[in-house]
Amino acid sequence: MDNQMHSLTIAGKTYRSRLLVGTGKYKDFAETRAAIDASGAEIVTVAIRRVNIGQNPGEPNLLDALPPSQFTILPNTAGCYTAEDAIRTLRLGRELLDGHSLCKLEVLGDPTNLFPNMPETLKAAEVLVKDGFDVMVYCSDDPIQAKMLEDIGCVAVMPLASLIGSGMGIVNPWNLRLIIDSLKVPVLVDAGVGTASDATIAMELGCDGILMNTAIAHAKNPVLMGSAMKKAVEAGREAFLAGRMPRKYYSADPSSPTTGLIGS
Amino acid sequence: MEISLNGETRQFPSPLTVAALVETLGYTGKRIAVERNGEIVPRGRHAEVTLADGDRLEIVVAVGGG
Repeated sequence: MDNQMHSLTIAGKTYRSRLLVGTGKYKDFAETRAAIDASGAEIVTVAIRRVNIGQNPGEPNLLDALPPSQFTILPNTAGCYTAEDAIRTLRLGRELLDGHSLCKLEVLGDPTNLFPNMPETLKAAEVLVKDGFDVMVYCSDDPIQAKMLEDIGCVAVMPLASLIGSGMGIVNPWNLRLIIDSLKVPVLVDAGVGTASDATIAMELGCDGILMNTAIAHAKNPVLMGSAMKKAVEAGREAFLAGRMPRKYYSADPSSPTTGLIGS
Repeated sequence: MEISLNGETRQFPSPLTVAALVETLGYTGKRIAVERNGEIVPRGRHAEVTLADGDRLEIVVAVGGG
């Protein structure tokens, strides 16, 4: 039961954690690895970048710290502003990872707010799905376009909870709920989580999982925050499945018996 | 011959295979991926693909990111 409750199935493969993490903004690879181990995440996302030609080709590689034999590496298109760049980047990522088809698509629209460019995202998703990729897609929290991404064949839809790297938390739980209720594929919050309670709130809404990076990497103690996020995601999932008590507005209900008090 | 390598124009002796270029750069055996003129060159074909003057190459690695 425990395993099923906390495991997540994407594109037919079951993962032991509902927490997915990014690998950016850490001090070094040792800290990256320690924080990710503490988080219990199995799927870790990586960016694809040009090698620095002429600069120490023997320098340590991220995938030495996070070997594909131990983690599911999710190449992403962070920093891409057109469908074409995102498609090329993911084809390179697939080659880099020996044909592994799971990927994270994001096509950005604005360098200041990093909001997704949804027309380009939809265009890229169509091409990538036809090309055999299992596409997990970062998107706006628009239930209509989220459904379009599911209809195209994306294996997971990942609306932002608030701006990437902002730590502003879950700013529109109502839209997230609309998306969760209308889609069949897993819905993961991608971006905006700032601390453990944000992750719990997202999971209590019924999200299937959460992808986060900065909340862990930029905590004062990333390893401890990784551990906190693991518990927060699990707590939120359990609370969602348990079903919260109904809210009673302006009306208290004592937890202790109202009879048998001394002096009565 | 002139090749655009990761956006920089560079001169290389001809003939040159992708595998030989990767070796020259010190990336043999490293986890990299190569794109030539917009198309992936699969690792298994690095030794047989010969570069031509004016080719545009991208060589990438995985880096930390979210």
